[in-house]
Parts: sequence; C-alpha cells; structure tokens
Amino acid sequence: MEHDFFFPAAPGSLPGADGYFGAFGGRFVPQALVAAVDQVAEEYERAKADPAFIAAFEELLAHYVGRPSALTEVPRFAGHAGGARVFLKREDLNHTGSHKVNNALGQALLARRMGKTRVIAETGAGSHGVATATACALTGLSCTVYMGETDMRRQAVNVARMELLGAEVVPVTSGSRTLKDAINETFRDWVARTHDTHYLFGTVAGPHPFPAMIRDFQRVIGVEARRQLLERTGRLPDAAIACVGGGSNAIGLFHAFLDDPVRLVGCEAAGHGVQSGEHAASLTAGEPGVLHGSRSYVLQDDEGQIAEAWSISAGLDYPGVGPEHAHLHSCGRAEYRPVTDDEAMHAFRLLATTEGIVPAIESAHALAGALQVGAELGPDGLVLVNLSGRGDKDLDTASAHFGLAGAR
Amino acid sequence: MSGNLQLLTDTLARAEREGRAALISYLPAGFPTVDDGITSVLATLDAGADVVEVGLPHSDPVLDGPVIQTADDIALRGGVRIADVLRTVREAHAATGKPVLVMSYWNPVSRYGVERFARELAEAGGAGCVLPDLPVAESAQWRHHAAEHGLATVFVVAPSSTDAQLAETVATGTGFVYASALMGVTGARAAVDEAAAVLVRRLRAITDLPVCVGMGVSDAAQAAHVAGFADGVIVGSALVATLLDAGGGEAALAELTAELAAGVRAG
Ligand SMILES: Cc1ncc(COP(=O)(O)O)c(C=O)c1O
Repeated sequence: MEHDFFFPAAPGSLPGADGYFGAFGGRFVPQALVAAVDQVAEEYERAKADPAFIAAFEELLAHYVGRPSALTEVPRFAGHAGGARVFLKREDLNHTGSHKVNNALGQALLARRMGKTRVIAETGAGSHGVATATACALTGLSCTVYMGETDMRRQAVNVARMELLGAEVVPVTSGSRTLKDAINETFRDWVARTHDTHYLFGTVAGPHPFPAMIRDFQRVIGVEARRQLLERTGRLPDAAIACVGGGSNAIGLFHAFLDDPVRLVGCEAAGHGVQSGEHAASLTAGEPGVLHGSRSYVLQDDEGQIAEAWSISAGLDYPGVGPEHAHLHSCGRAEYRPVTDDEAMHAFRLLATTEGIVPAIESAHALAGALQVGAELGPDGLVLVNLSGRGDKDLDTASAHFGLAGAR
Repeated sequence: MSGNLQLLTDTLARAEREGRAALISYLPAGFPTVDDGITSVLATLDAGADVVEVGLPHSDPVLDGPVIQTADDIALRGGVRIADVLRTVREAHAATGKPVLVMSYWNPVSRYGVERFARELAEAGGAGCVLPDLPVAESAQWRHHAAEHGLATVFVVAPSSTDAQLAETVATGTGFVYASALMGVTGARAAVDEAAAVLVRRLRAITDLPVCVGMGVSDAAQAAHVAGFADGVIVGSALVATLLDAGGGEAALAELTAELAAGVRAG
C-alpha cells in the first residue's frame, strides 16, 4: 500500500530519543508509570519495524475504515471564501465518523502485541471514545472510557454508541467535568493497573512516546491528501488547515507538508473570544508548562494552576495542546489562529446548506479558518481543509444554538 | 540561607537509634484556610509526627485519590497561593524545629521559577521537596538548585519500578526514598500491600538512604506493620479525612496522629 506513514526516521527528525520536539515534550510521569510508558515506547519501536504489524494496520485502514478517504472540492462553500478553491479531506466518512479511528486501531493492535487485555481511554466529544470502543470490540479487548459529566450531556449520542459497542462509560465529576478531568481520571486508573491495561490516549499530547506514535498513526491523512490534491489540481495547496484540540488531526494533516512551501494553519477554539477568558486557545493565550505528562503550551495562572477551558465543541475544550504543535508554533513553521464559537457555528451551517455536509463542530473551526484564509488568498488560492469528523453527534448542540424546531 | 536537609537526615537517624520508624504526616496547605491549615500541621507535629509534608494544592492532582482531591479543591477555592504554602512551612518549622518538606506537582514549581522556589523554600526553613510527577530523567535542573540550597530531593518509587530505575533513583535522590506501598493513587486502603515489603527489600540491597513507605496507610496497626520493615511511615489521606469527616476536626486529627505515633513505636 502507498501510505508510508511509518516514515523512516531521518537523522535529526523529531522527537529525539528523549521525546523532545525542541523545548517541548518529554516525559513528566510518576515513577509508577515509567515502566508502562517505556513498554509502550519499546513495543511501538518494534511494531513499526515489523512488516506484519504494518500490514495488519494497513489492512484495517483499507477495508475496515474505508481508506483512502475522499477529497471533496466544495465550490459553493468556497464562494464565501474569497473565491479560493477549497478541498475537504473527508475524515468524516471514515468508519465511526472521525479521524480518531486511525489512532484507535493502531494502538489497539499495539495493546494486543503487548499482551494487554484491557483498554482505557478518555474522551471529550466522544469521537475518540467511540473509535476506541469500536477498536476494542473488533480486537476483543475490554474497554472503559472516562468522560466528563458535562460532555456526557452534550454528546449523549456518543455515550449510547459506546455502550452499544460494549464499553463501560465512567462519568467524571471532578474539576470542570470535561476532557482535562477525564484525562486525569484515566491516568489515575492506569497508575493502579498497568499490568493488564493499556491507556489508549486520543491525541498527540501526553508523555513520550504518545505524541510521536499517535502522529504516526494519523499521518496517513496528510499523505493521502497531498497525493490526491496533486492528482486533482497538479499542485500543492497554499494552505493546509485543521482544527486543534490536542492536535492529532492537525498534525496528521500537517506532517506530510512540513518540507513543502505550504502554510500550515491550526484553528484553536476561542470560545466566547480570547479576551473573554472563556476559550481553549492554548497556543494563542497560554504559557509553557507541564500538563498530562509533557511540556507544551498550557492555559494556566501565574502559579501554574491549570485554567478551565471553554469551547462549544467538547473535542477542543482542552487547556493544553500537543508538544509538536508548541514546537511548530515557537519556530514559526505553523500558524495558529483563534476561532470563536460563533465563527465556527456560522461555518458549520454554511457547509451544511451549501454542500450538504454536516461537519463536527470541532471541524467547523477549521472551516471558519478556511473562510478567513481563502479571503486572504483570493481567487487564485488553493486551500486544503481537514474535515476531521461528522456532525451527527452535534445535532442537539447545533439545534439549540440555532434555535431550530428539533431542539430538545 | 541553607535548607534543612541535614535536619531531615538527623531526624530519621535518631528514630533509627531509638529502634523505631519515623512518622511522616501529610496535609495540604490552605486547607480549609491557610491559618487552619497551619494549626493542623502543628497539631500533627505536636501529637507525634517527626516530619511533615506540606502539600502544595494543585488544580490537577493526577496522583491523588478523592480525599486529597477534595482538600486541594477546597484550598484552591479559598485562594491559597505559593506564598501561603511557604508561610505554612516557615511557621511549622519555627514552632517545632522539626523538618518540613513540600510535596508538589511539577508545574507549579516550574512556573514559579525553579531557582526561586528552591531559594524561598530554604529561606522558610524547609527541608526539601517530594515531586511525584518529576521522574529522575527530567530532574537535573531541580536537583542542581536543591543541592545549592541544602534541600532534599525525595523521589517516589513504585512496585513497578525496574532495578535500573531504582538504581538511578537512589543515586540521585537525597534525604530518603519514598516507596509507594501500592500501584495507585493516594487514599486509605484496608490492608497494606505485600508489594511494599518487597520493594523496601529491593531498595535496602542497593542503598543506605532511609526508605519511607507511604500510600494507603491509615491506622495504627498498619503503621506498626510497615514500621516493621521501613524507616518511616507516611500518612496523608487518613489524616486529611479526619478533617473532612462530619464530626471530625482538630481533636480527631491529633488523636489519629497519636495512635499512628504509637504504631510506629510498636512495629
Ligand atoms: C471530530 C473531531 N475533530 C477534532 C477533535 C480534536 O482532537 P485533535 O485536536 O486531537 O484532532 C476531536 C476530538 O474529540 C473530534 O472529535
């Protein structure tokens, strides 16, 4: 198969052996987890050099996920984006409805290799929880998903899906009852049960090797999109755009373009506006710090207490971000812009009504970014957007936001 | 001014000469208020704790169970600041002359400024730090400043730690080694895991540093059991719980501490 996502690590490629991307990353975990995290790192190194593992992963991507995912040009939507051509990478068409399944399947195969019988995961929007529950059903692993109580309410459809898939969903009632707290609780579970349990982390944050490993599992997005776009248009895009929660769909898209003259644009959730203090824009408004096992940009106060994030989108509602994005931000290779709830919801509805595609609210942040970047580029522009997921899970939130008749 | 690493070492050595384990109490600063927190810390020292660990409350205490999470939450909602933590250390040490450690997650120390935190902790009379989410590999900067300011660097090891990890920990840690009695987060348990004794034996084989055992110890019988094989017994959640319980309070805190102090002498 053509994917080549387990690219041979070129000399000087990141992260280094210590898990750092420049000044960001590393491994800030209790000693009780060091052995477990080492085991993941060692097994992943072996797996990615093992043709049988790669073949099993590619087989699942092709015939279970349905890859390669489509690349769709959206001219009616693009009419609102300064006339630039806009193409969507359709991760929403994957089995389970988002990019999260790529990583969940890769790590489920890895968990089996390590002889683990139980998988635990955090979820915000529920996309990662559904993907993990799916991968566990497929591979015969028991599955427990931690989810903030607030998120269980706003993503009730996904809670039901996880339960139907045989997973246990545990409500988390600490802190802000959202993604950050779900991750805390999953770590607490893991510290107590490393012997039989793998923590199937959902985004490119966490201690080394998770940011690098999850990027590799998601790298297929950009590899496919780059080839598809070259075939269709004969050129590279001017900009590749993705939403950034922890950053897995964004790094999956960006990584194939790192050495190309392509603008990489990450859209962070600005919630009610960065000035309001109610947002999740860690790169725009955060400071370097350590959260969930790695050094990156973090929303925090002057004494290192982590701030509560806010976004209408449960999947972006996180006060941290993956360390590779912190690195790309600080060296200027990628640009990160805040997108408010209202801007995202405008783009959400625009895509639905102009193209007949209902995006996830997370992905709608990238669409809003595309409207802005398209206008900056003008009619000659070519924009690639990662449509990271579909909006079925968001119908209640959207109906309430727009005051539709279907609102509950 | 130099910190009180030596006092910590001497205190643990004296307990050993007395043929007993030391009792180390843990309470978060600022819980339920800064002044009440100081009173509680002093109560445990007066009732027989040899050393106290003052917790620096954190928004995301990933290694703590529900009891300490709740206490941290109350302290943070009350507005506790690092200056209050340092004041707690200063007053506890000044009033008792006993060694006082700080237990903190890494981000607050890192954000406050590693050198600044070490310097101010030493100035307050602190004896050192327990940094549970800072593994040895990431600890060079802290250890540099801790050494400069006469502060202990206490690493936490767990039953899952490999021989190589234990070796690197005892080679770089100072004061004592904190052996976690179990795999898991803080919180009282019905019984102390057999794994604790095994871990202590593995450490004894490679170090002369005192080995103190914590996590899950909640009553005098457990303290006596652990004192049979460890140099110190660390008790946190059970003490915090006496302050959270309806009908609990200062008297219950002092009473449990006194029972634990008797326990470490019975082991
Ligand atoms: C559809 C979708 N897109 C994006 C995200 C954000 O995650 P990440 O930044 O890791 O891609 C989520 C998270 O739940 C999601 O469900």
